[in-house]
Amino acid sequence: MFPLESGMPPLTPEYTSELVAGVVLFLIILVVVWKFVVPKFEETYAERSAEIAGGIEKAERAQAEAAEALAEYQAQLAEARAEAAKIREEAKADAAAASAEIRAAAAADAERLVANARAQIGAERAQVVQQLRGEIGGLATELAGKIVGESLAKDAAARRTVDRFLAELESQPVEQA
Amino acid sequence: MPGLTGLFIPLEWDVCTHTEGGEEGLIIGVGSFCARPLFPGLGPEFYWINNQLFQAVLGAVLVIAFWLWVSRSHKLVPGKRQYFGELAYNFVRDGIARDMLGHDFRKFVPYLVALFSFLLVNNLFGQFFFFMFPTFSKIGYAWGLAGLTFLLYNGVGIYKHGLLKYLKNNTMPAGVPWWMLPLVMPLEFLSNFIIRPITLALRLFANLFGGHLVVLVFVVGGTMLLTWTEGPLNGKPEWLLHTAGGVALVFSLAIFALELFVSVMQAYIFTVLTAQYVASALADEH
Repeated sequence: MFPLESGMPPLTPEYTSELVAGVVLFLIILVVVWKFVVPKFEETYAERSAEIAGGIEKAERAQAEAAEALAEYQAQLAEARAEAAKIREEAKADAAAASAEIRAAAAADAERLVANARAQIGAERAQVVQQLRGEIGGLATELAGKIVGESLAKDAAARRTVDRFLAELESQPVEQA
Repeated sequence: MPGLTGLFIPLEWDVCTHTEGGEEGLIIGVGSFCARPLFPGLGPEFYWINNQLFQAVLGAVLVIAFWLWVSRSHKLVPGKRQYFGELAYNFVRDGIARDMLGHDFRKFVPYLVALFSFLLVNNLFGQFFFFMFPTFSKIGYAWGLAGLTFLLYNGVGIYKHGLLKYLKNNTMPAGVPWWMLPLVMPLEFLSNFIIRPITLALRLFANLFGGHLVVLVFVVGGTMLLTWTEGPLNGKPEWLLHTAGGVALVFSLAIFALELFVSVMQAYIFTVLTAQYVASALADEH
């Protein structure tokens, strides 16, 4: 009814140019899209996902840093506590040692003083005894001589008497030391 | 009605001017799809410069302009323009390419994006001013794109597997008993290498051709009935003809809506099938 250029309309092109135009136009679009459009979009997408991934990474890093700082702080705190305890222990030990030393020194001093006093007293006593023995012997002899009327000084019996008397005297407990 | 005015007159006239005895006037039929040469004065060898070629070129220009516009000065946080561009781009990239092709999809995104946008714009020319004519209802354009898709999927298949293995993949499906092969092989060959491109082109063409024809029936036919002034036709009084014409014109809005859907659908299907053919060509086992 409508004789066209070729074959069986409308299943064959009216003009071959249709086919060529379709292909050529499409290829032009394809090249433009391929070279300019798709790279641009893909670049944007890549940047965007990198940005998101970067943000997450940054947050993770900050968190890790915070955790690290916390751990470090806690470690320092524990260390400080340990040190304080140590110092306290040391001080306690020092104090105990010092007090023991002082006590020992005081005890030693006291002993020494007592010993000195004793020695002095002993020495004085010995001296006094010695002196007294001489004086008392002299006195007694003199007294006895006066009583008897003769000197017993060179008499051995008189000396023995005196010595016996003094020994008795010594064996008696001393009231006042 | 030849010449440049042929561009902007959506009503269809028999203007197959290069044929002998072409009837002038309102017609609805194959002749409605005749090209209107833009420069008939130059002689028949320039008839190929016609309104349909102009449409196709304009469609290509629009598509290129759109993509360049939306891919300009991208930011990480998109503005409206970029957002719209990404929406359109992702529709093909994620909705078609990635779904059909899996992890190798990136290589084929440019082809699919170009294909879908070119088809969509040209199909929509069928519903919008000034052309009211879908470019791909001229089968030459459909053959062209189907041919390219044919070359693409066979090309990548042969590139990946080598000719022999590719042919084997596509003619000897796994799991078919050997005695079935004489029957299966010709069928598979026919289906994969001959039927596919033909149906691809015909599906696109026929949907738009038929759709445009239906639109013509309602719009042109309705107009003819509505403006009928030559008395009763086949015994029907004029008022009945006028009513029928009016109803047809009103109903043509529904037809337009349907055609709008078909236009988008066909652009989508063509693109999806292209991706599907590429995917099956790349698959290791058919």
